[in-house]
Amino acid sequence: MNKDHLQKHGSTMVEKILAAKAGQARVSPGDLVMIKVDLALGNDVTAPVAIREFERIGFKRVYNPDLIVLVPDHFTPNKDIASAEQVQIVRRFAEQHGIKHFYDVGRMGIEHALLPEKGLVWPGAVIIGADSHTCTYGALGAFATGVGSTDLAAAMAIGETWFKVPGTTRFEYHGFLPPWVSGKDLILYTIGKIGVEGARYQAMEFAGPVIDKLGIDGRMTMANMAIEAGAKCGYIQPDQITFDYLKDRVTRPYYPVYSDQDAVYAKTISYVVSDLEPQIAFPPSPDNVFPVSEAQNIVLDQVVIGSCTNGRIDDLRVAAAILKGKKVHPKTRLLVIPATQEIYGTALEEGLLKIFVDAEAAVSTPTCGPCLGGHMGILAKGEVALSTTNRNFVGRMGHPESEVYLCSPAVAAASAVAGRIVHPEEVI
Amino acid sequence: MILEGTVWVFGDNIDTDAIIAARYLSTIVPEELAEHLMEDIWPEFPRLIKPGDLIVAGSNFGCGSSREHAPLAIKGAGISCVVARSFARIFYRNAINIGLPILECEEGLDTLRSGMDRLQVDLGQGLVTNVQNGDIYHSAPFPPFMQELIERGGLVAYVKAKFGVKY
Ligand code: SF4
Repeated sequence: MNKDHLQKHGSTMVEKILAAKAGQARVSPGDLVMIKVDLALGNDVTAPVAIREFERIGFKRVYNPDLIVLVPDHFTPNKDIASAEQVQIVRRFAEQHGIKHFYDVGRMGIEHALLPEKGLVWPGAVIIGADSHTCTYGALGAFATGVGSTDLAAAMAIGETWFKVPGTTRFEYHGFLPPWVSGKDLILYTIGKIGVEGARYQAMEFAGPVIDKLGIDGRMTMANMAIEAGAKCGYIQPDQITFDYLKDRVTRPYYPVYSDQDAVYAKTISYVVSDLEPQIAFPPSPDNVFPVSEAQNIVLDQVVIGSCTNGRIDDLRVAAAILKGKKVHPKTRLLVIPATQEIYGTALEEGLLKIFVDAEAAVSTPTCGPCLGGHMGILAKGEVALSTTNRNFVGRMGHPESEVYLCSPAVAAASAVAGRIVHPEEVI
Repeated sequence: MILEGTVWVFGDNIDTDAIIAARYLSTIVPEELAEHLMEDIWPEFPRLIKPGDLIVAGSNFGCGSSREHAPLAIKGAGISCVVARSFARIFYRNAINIGLPILECEEGLDTLRSGMDRLQVDLGQGLVTNVQNGDIYHSAPFPPFMQELIERGGLVAYVKAKFGVKY
């Protein structure tokens, strides 16, 4: 990236990244640009479609095998013959084209937890993924967004894609985070305020003193759910917390990009969060959000702690702190799914998995599993689940007449013990 | 690229289920999908339109699912362009990728009458002209690579033509 482009004034981080990659002095919201991508991602659901398109175009070779990342995570370890065959297509394609960033069972993780961990995401990078939660990587100061399988096929073939430059809305969080309140609560609160179309087409810039102190895992949770507000991407400008995380992971040189002081925003929205309660998204939409005190007597059949939203090590640590020495309620099932193999290993070393098992939770190898109602914990008719995932649409986790509530790992762990939705303080 | 045709006017938040109902998703042949275009909200619509006509809509056109069938159905019906106040993001991407011209235009759409008024659209200049009264409205123009992409019929054809020979 040419450093000259980084000096221009009046632009947001996303505008500056896109301008630099397009080789333009600056870009404005609404502009269409064709740019080189740094990484193109596919999973076991979307990559087979992209591979078919790629072959239909008539290409024999990929543009650059090192730009492609393939992570079978949705129906793995494969739940049936059909899903095994989907992964087989991806595995063969990876072998045929020398794609080294292919992560199979035992080495994998949920894609959006895995890529940052493997050092494949850096500030200033442009990343597309055929998965809507690709926006997670904005937490590290990258421009990252979800696209379709046709886009992925074209990017694998030519290493480029087109973008319409989004306008940016800045969200500032002031005050301090109360105990048991996390990044998940901030993003649920925000989506509850602005709605599922509230940031349509936009980049969401998360900033302010609360974000400055938020750990990298909480930041990823927030950027992850930008799509649930309709956004193209969500991001946090890189700082020391980012650089500490990237150290020993990203070995290539990179140039962090920041919004200018005089950046032009579509809107700036400020929240004071010092009195914020843990937040719950009621079915059937992630913007149907209420404070936990208004979630009275919601009895739970199943609780899930995991996913690309909240299956990271900080999430497991919070859950273990609450579950230590306690048992899951006899009428409730708790599933804990570390998001990657590395997180699984760390949780093992720190004794967290023992705490979960002793509490009578089921601990699984990394997988998307129940998050999309794929496998590993499907709900029956009439069942109610509380989950740290990101979507609670009708039938998301099983039967169309089952229900999913969304929350933070702290609320999930405490509620698993109580057998109903509670504030963590109730069981501590 | 300059397009001209009779307009058919729709409101806000026309979702992908309205554009093409889920029960028809078993095909991806544009002409077959086109027989059911907008069927659930305007049953006679597929028989009213002529090739080259335009769809005009309010905000958030194409919201809902990410199905590529929605722009395919519109293209299969011979609609030359969709002009809307705004589009849902994935519909926008899908439309461009299959080579359906679409344009965002903030003003001047409210007074248009279905099946009567005509619009002229200049994609390169980003100009929308009301043929009746000559009013001109401005939109963001398409850069040359996007015009080429659309003229070639979409992303796959564009990639193939531009880079296919090299490999
Ligand atoms: S964990 Fe859920 S939201 Fe995340 S990638 Fe997997 S299925 Fe999608």
